[in-house]
This record gives sequence, C-alpha cells and structure tokens, in this order.
Amino acid sequence: MTMAIDILSWIMLTAGGIFVFIGGLGALRMPNLYTRMHAASLTDTIAAVLILGGIMLQAGTTLATIKLAAILLFLLLTSPTASNALASAAILSGLQPEEGPIKPREDDA
Amino acid sequence: MIILFGVFLLALLVITALAIVRSESLFAAVILTGIFSLLMAANFFLLDAADVALTEAAIGAGISTVLFLGALALTGEHERGIATNRLLALGVVSITTLLVIYATFDKPRLGDPDAPVQQHVGPWYLEKTAELIDIPNAVTAVLGSFRGYDTLGEVFVVFTAGIGVLFLLSARTGWRPEDIEGVHAPEQGLRHYLVPRVVGRMLIPFIFLFGLYVQFHGDYGPGGGFQAGAIVASSVILYALLEGEKRALEALPMRVLQWLVAGGALLYGAVGVAGMLLGGNFLDYSVLASDPIAGQHIGIILIELGVGITVTGVLLCVFHAFAARGKV
Amino acid sequence: MYYVVTLATLVTMALALVRALLGPSIYDRLLAANMFGTKTVLLLSVVAFLYGRPDFLDLALVYALINFIGVIAVLEFIRDREGSDAKKGPGNTAT
Repeated sequence: MTMAIDILSWIMLTAGGIFVFIGGLGALRMPNLYTRMHAASLTDTIAAVLILGGIMLQAGTTLATIKLAAILLFLLLTSPTASNALASAAILSGLQPEEGPIKPREDDA
Repeated sequence: MIILFGVFLLALLVITALAIVRSESLFAAVILTGIFSLLMAANFFLLDAADVALTEAAIGAGISTVLFLGALALTGEHERGIATNRLLALGVVSITTLLVIYATFDKPRLGDPDAPVQQHVGPWYLEKTAELIDIPNAVTAVLGSFRGYDTLGEVFVVFTAGIGVLFLLSARTGWRPEDIEGVHAPEQGLRHYLVPRVVGRMLIPFIFLFGLYVQFHGDYGPGGGFQAGAIVASSVILYALLEGEKRALEALPMRVLQWLVAGGALLYGAVGVAGMLLGGNFLDYSVLASDPIAGQHIGIILIELGVGITVTGVLLCVFHAFAARGKV
Repeated sequence: MYYVVTLATLVTMALALVRALLGPSIYDRLLAANMFGTKTVLLLSVVAFLYGRPDFLDLALVYALINFIGVIAVLEFIRDREGSDAKKGPGNTAT
C-alpha cells in the first residue's frame, strides 16, 4: 500500500515538474503577451495541483496535509484572478492581441 | 545537492541585482525588486533561517512593492541622468570587492561546529531556553526574553521611522483624511474590475486571521510580532487597493492608526515597568506570575503583541501618507 | 524524489527571470513576477519536505497570499496612472 502511494506521488511530482518547465518555456518563447499569459497561468494551476497533491500523499494525515490543502486553495483562488486582472488591465490600456502569423488566403472558399 | 541549489539561487540574485541597477524605467526596477525579495527569502530558507525568511516574505514582496509604487506615483517614472564621475565610483567599488573577497578566505565553512560564532553565547542560549523559558522556538526566546532590551530598541526605531515619514510627507500641505476626493470618486480603487474585487474581498479576512495565527504561534514555529504586523497591514492595504482610499480611511481612520503606533511601544514599556513594580528588574518577566516559567510566557506574549501592534500601525500610516497624498 | 521537482522549478524560475528582464511591456514583467511568485511557493513547499521540517509551510502560505497583493498593487498603479485622463476602454463594466 505504501509502495502504491509512493509510486503515485512520484508520478504526480514528476508530472508537475514537467508542467512547470513547459510553462516556463512557453512564457519565454511565445510571441505575444496574451499567449504568454495563456501558457503561464494554465501550467501554474495544473502544476500546483499535481505537486501539492503529490506532497500531500507523502505527508499522510497530519497537520502538514491541512496546511498544504490551504496553500493549494489559496493558489487556486489567487493565481487565475491575478491573470484575469492582468489581462483586463492590458486590454484596457490598449495592447491589442495580434492575429497570428497565418493569414487567410483569398482563394480559399 | 542543496549547495548546488543555493549557488544557483545566488547566481539568479546577482543577475537580478545587475538588472535593477541597469534598468532605466523605475517601474521595471520595482517589479524586479519584488523578484529580488522572493529570491532572498528562498536563500534564507535554504540556509534554514525560517523567521528571517518569513519576515522577508511578509515585507519584501507585498509592502515594499506597494510603498515603492506609491513613491513612483508622486515622483517620476524614469531615471534621470547620472552626473557624477563614473570611473571613480567604479574604481572604489572594484577595490572594495577585491578586499571583501580577500577577507572571505579566512572565514570558517558554512555550518562548521568549531566556528567562533558557535562557541560563546550561542550554545548557552540554546541550552538555557529549554530550562528557563521552555518554548520550542529558540529565536523567539532570544528575541523576546534574553535580548529584550534590543527588541525594545527595535520597536522604538520602527516608531521613530513612522513619525519621521509622517512629518516628511504631511508637512507640505497639511492634509487631513477628510479632504480626500478621488479624481473620479465613484471609480476609486479597482471598482470596475469585478473578478479581483470579489476574490480579493473574500481573501481579506483570511489574511487577517493568518496574521493573528503568525502572531500568537511565534513561540512554537517561525513567527512573531514583526511578521504578524506586516501580514495584518497587508490585509488592510489590500482592502485600500480594492475599495479605494476613502473607504479604507473610513474603516480604520488615522486617529486609530496613530493610537496603534504609540500603543504598541507603550505596551512594551509597560511590561518592563510592571516587572520593576513587582520587585524584579526592568523587563524581567519572571516576576509577572507565581511560576517564573509562566511569567516568561506571559511576558513574551505581551511584548510580541506590542511589537505587532506598532508595526501594523506604522506600516498603515506610511501607506496612507503615500497613497492619500497624490489625491489631495 | 523531490530533487527532480526542485530542479524543474529552479530552471523555470530562471526562465521567468529572463522574461522579466526581456519583456518589452510592463505587463510582460508583471506576468513574469507573478509566475515567479507561484513557483517560489511550490519551491518552498517541496524544500520544506526535503528538509523534513513540515512546520516551515507557513512561509509558503504567506507567499501565496502576499504575491497576490503585489500584483494588485501594480495594477492599481497602472490604472491610476492612465485613469487620470478619464479614459474608458471597451468592455469596461462600471458597477
């Protein structure tokens, strides 16, 4: 049983680490503010769930699990809200999202 | 392996510091300063100094950023040109750096048990804490009881800093909080951003409650008065940012804040004088109760409360002095 | 087991720092700072368990709350700076 919990938490931690790295890479290489925000905020949330969930499995039923659940709850509340506020501020100040490099061609139906 | 992480974080710290110095937009420098404080807290944490990391977390990322932005709102946003002799400054800095690096050749290694700093008072405090004061967190024991005078001095330094800032910022116009009118009064704060307002208002009582937890939990884990004061002040600052200055000053007027600033330092001094009146020395907590260890506990809780109250009052007074000044 | 996650988080913090240094607009830098904050919370939680001291989780909790306040403060400053011309953009829902 503990071996199953160990394997599961190892999988969750590694998956969380991979998502964190993908988010960082996306924030660096995406062409536009809004696409960068998309990469950063989505991967933030899923990585927080996976990593903190993995640690919670390792901690068992102690006070530390409740604290980790509180951290997870506050991260889930504040991180998407901050992204929303940032995107609203960017749109209201006039920064337009670009249309992307692929333009529709005229001979398409 | 931990050493590798520590070195990596220190390298990031150097890069951030260089970027702060070289950037010309002061706004970018403020955001980079927030990142710098996060890196410092992670470094302190890796060095196993939890109380210092908690203080850096509570003050550096939230309140420092807010105060810097308040100052930027009153002055300008771009750095003015540098007029002094750069070559001389560069020469002085290089020579000082080489001297400091040369001086580190003689330092003991990190965590060496034979280092001089571990020989004299340090082990004595660690032994005597369990016997004389009986609380798990030795840092709070040293701060509150063994070195109570120094902490009294710190509280009065915070108090003096608050008074100094209020003198400097209120002197020119003599503003009163009742004179504040926003440029567009119904639109103060982030009132037209609905989502941050709702979520922020939900978070404010939890941040306040967590501040109280950190205040009273300082005996058992990382915590104490300074950190708790910063966290409680952050929750009120969040309310002021979301709802506007006018409503924040109606909720907690400046009179109450000024009472808080003086009241905390007064509480600390009163505990010391009560020790004298009950037969002991100044700031001797053992006479506060029939059992000396219980007296120590009572003394430490009361002075930490005094520290927390003063820090909250000073931070909020300084914030209001910055934030309300641009609008009068 | 925790080393992989710690390494990934540290590398991402470096990438976010590069974005904060490069980003042409202030919103890019603010995005990088927000991301840096949440990564620091995750790093502190994992390292607290790496050290075997789970009572250090208070630090991560403080950061999760304080990071939000920093971002909101910067946004309020931007709104203040631009709102003094009484500009109302599209999609503004005044309450």
